[in-house]
Amino acid sequence: MADEKIAVYFCDCGTNIAGKVDVDEVVKWAAEQPNVTVAREYKYMCSDPGQDLIKTDIKELGVTRVVVAACSPTMHEPTFRKAAADGGLNPFLLQMANVREHCSWVTEDPVEATEKAKRILSAQIHRLPFNEALQPIEVPVNPDVMVVGAGIAGIEAALKLADAGKKVFVVERDPSIGGHMAMFDKTFPTLDCSACILTPKMSALGKHPNITLMAYSEVTEVSGYVGNFKVKVRKKARYVDTDKCTGCAACTEACVVQKVKSEFDVGLGYRPAIYIPFPQAVPLKATIDPAKCLTLSKGKCAKQSCVSACGPGAIDFGQQDEQVELDVGAIIMATGFELFDCEREARYGYGRLANVITSLEFERLSNASGPTGGHIVMKNGEAPKSVAILHCVGSRDENYQEFCSRVCCMYSLKFAHLIKEHLPETEVYELYIDMRAYGKGYEEFYKRLMDEGVHFIRGRAAEVSDVALAPEEEGRLVVKAEDTLLGIMRRLPVDMVILSAGLSPRRDAKEVAQTFGFGCSANGFYLERHPKLEPASTMTDGVFLAGACQYPKDIPDAVAQAGAAAAGALTFVNNPTVKVEPTISYIDPEKCSGCHICVGLCPHAAIQFNAEKEVAEVIEAACKGCGVCVAACGSNVPQQRGYLDKQIFAEIEGALAL
Amino acid sequence: MSTDFEPRIIGFLCRWCSYNGADLAGTSRMKYLPNMVPIRTNCSGRVDPTHVLKALADGADGVLIAGCHPGDCHYINGNYRTAGRYPLMEKLLEQLGLEHGRVRLEWISAAEGDKFAKTVTEFTEQIRALGPLDWGKQFEAEEAKTA
Ligand code: FES
Repeated sequence: MADEKIAVYFCDCGTNIAGKVDVDEVVKWAAEQPNVTVAREYKYMCSDPGQDLIKTDIKELGVTRVVVAACSPTMHEPTFRKAAADGGLNPFLLQMANVREHCSWVTEDPVEATEKAKRILSAQIHRLPFNEALQPIEVPVNPDVMVVGAGIAGIEAALKLADAGKKVFVVERDPSIGGHMAMFDKTFPTLDCSACILTPKMSALGKHPNITLMAYSEVTEVSGYVGNFKVKVRKKARYVDTDKCTGCAACTEACVVQKVKSEFDVGLGYRPAIYIPFPQAVPLKATIDPAKCLTLSKGKCAKQSCVSACGPGAIDFGQQDEQVELDVGAIIMATGFELFDCEREARYGYGRLANVITSLEFERLSNASGPTGGHIVMKNGEAPKSVAILHCVGSRDENYQEFCSRVCCMYSLKFAHLIKEHLPETEVYELYIDMRAYGKGYEEFYKRLMDEGVHFIRGRAAEVSDVALAPEEEGRLVVKAEDTLLGIMRRLPVDMVILSAGLSPRRDAKEVAQTFGFGCSANGFYLERHPKLEPASTMTDGVFLAGACQYPKDIPDAVAQAGAAAAGALTFVNNPTVKVEPTISYIDPEKCSGCHICVGLCPHAAIQFNAEKEVAEVIEAACKGCGVCVAACGSNVPQQRGYLDKQIFAEIEGALAL
Repeated sequence: MSTDFEPRIIGFLCRWCSYNGADLAGTSRMKYLPNMVPIRTNCSGRVDPTHVLKALADGADGVLIAGCHPGDCHYINGNYRTAGRYPLMEKLLEQLGLEHGRVRLEWISAAEGDKFAKTVTEFTEQIRALGPLDWGKQFEAEEAKTA
């Protein structure tokens, strides 16, 4: 150990590091540190010539330990470890010193940054002599994949994987797959009929020989480890035997409870207590709502007409929730979004003023299969003569959601077009902050709408009220807004107001993320591994993201990300094994006193007690390397490879050496 | 107390949340005081009280331990162990004569770059106000007395 030969490489990272840190000085200083054989500066260490420096020095100078002072190890540790391995050195004999994210980018003063860079580097130079050669552990990978959530993103990802020959389990919370896209009438900017492009994919998924669809089901627990997840799924009771149900809908017509607010029609229409959410539902199976069914909620239904109506005898009031266990190698999360709760924005009167509706409600109103058969009407059944569309409700607003929801400008334009198409005489006002028409064909669509006679008012609406101050306002809704282009305040009397609500993370996004072992961003959406280079991966290896659960997205972007997630999962499960970091714990049986303290503390039940030898033992395949046992043992017997106490001690010494 | 005292701080950052939070502070170019040198562990649950003692004895004036928020630990509940251990450690440090406030535990997620930056600056100022610790020297002095 005393005669280790350490090579230090200090990366300029263009000006990212060298612009702040006096690299010359640090390199000169490093060359004089104990065990350091060579210290070099290079413009871009991650480039091929940079990596070649490492390989050559290992071969020619007999370097035995390497430290690369550059960016975060999260970024390039694998790159440099591979370079070390290519040069003939065990990759675990290389350490990175993070002098970019943790130093040059965050420190104001160049002199202070230079000092801090030395300390960060010193910690690693001190640590390295204690590093040991380690061999990565290979574990087998289960080739099956689970997709959670089956809106357009989940459907797309599942189909891609299934077409590639993988076995896919699709878990969907609702009785049918389809998600939000199934509720829309038209899609912007092409005005494709949403159902026409979605339902073929839905039925392809339902019929795919490689796909097991578990609708009306929820994931309750995820355990196991990389490449080998064990998932518990609760299949909620439909009180209908899905093997027998043909989806004929005779029961739904027969049911005596017909007036339950339909979730699919966002409360604008009704469904029976036994229902099929919409005619193209997949699976096309009836479901009984236990809270509304008289037999299930009250214990008595005089008629039980569903039972008599059902030819195949599929109704089963005794059905119970079922627990199913799945083993999968990779998981794709596609749990989507929910609409911003417009009642929170009280000044717009949603929930109080009858003809103030949300964008999702308008989608159903304008939909030919919706509660009004596609007629755009007010609560009294009459067509509105004027409609105001209020952008950015809940979005771009520090009181609610700071972010832009990305789809609202465009769907608002689509609404204006649909209104003009159905009701050419109706005046439409778009009240916007900025018009964000950034996608393919979007700006053109915006231009087209300007020619269709829609009024564009640049300004966020201040209030919607039903208090008339002039005769023309009598009995109507009044939108107050500043027209920021004209610099005047306006009062717009209209018959209907559509709130273009933003997209919010699912209410339970945080708990779901915890169940799967990854995190959420500050805005509440699932956190990707890297915002640019790995937008479809999570921090948990083998778990991927698709669609609006990661951030608001339009359909093309959701589909594109679903493809990326599917490719990620496919690449992952196509390898028969995966290498996991060998930074796991081990226990020296000679030293263990058998006190048991570590056994109960291990989060993964990876330590078992050998009663015969009276010592604790680590089950290598189950240990994930948290190091809790190491810190807990009173005699420091368990040690964690790669994070030995002596390594951490040396790092501390190095950090404080100057 | 001299005003030009620059505290020396060791920060133990768990790899999955707080280390990434620190990275995010970097990519977002948030500026904070340079006094803390980070040491990466897989989980905050790996931080042994002896690491903290070692840092203080070797010349650190303060120690920050940062991990995932409760419920977010990459290893299910490693941070609950940290949370359980921390008050005991505070007691121990108190009995060793250390002022309150030299060791801090924070939950900082991978998305909280701003929290990371703020915490480091604030903690540095807190230690600056407490003054130098020189714990190692104190021990040496005591040892010299007893010898
Ligand atoms: S991994 Fe962050 S505290 Fe356990």
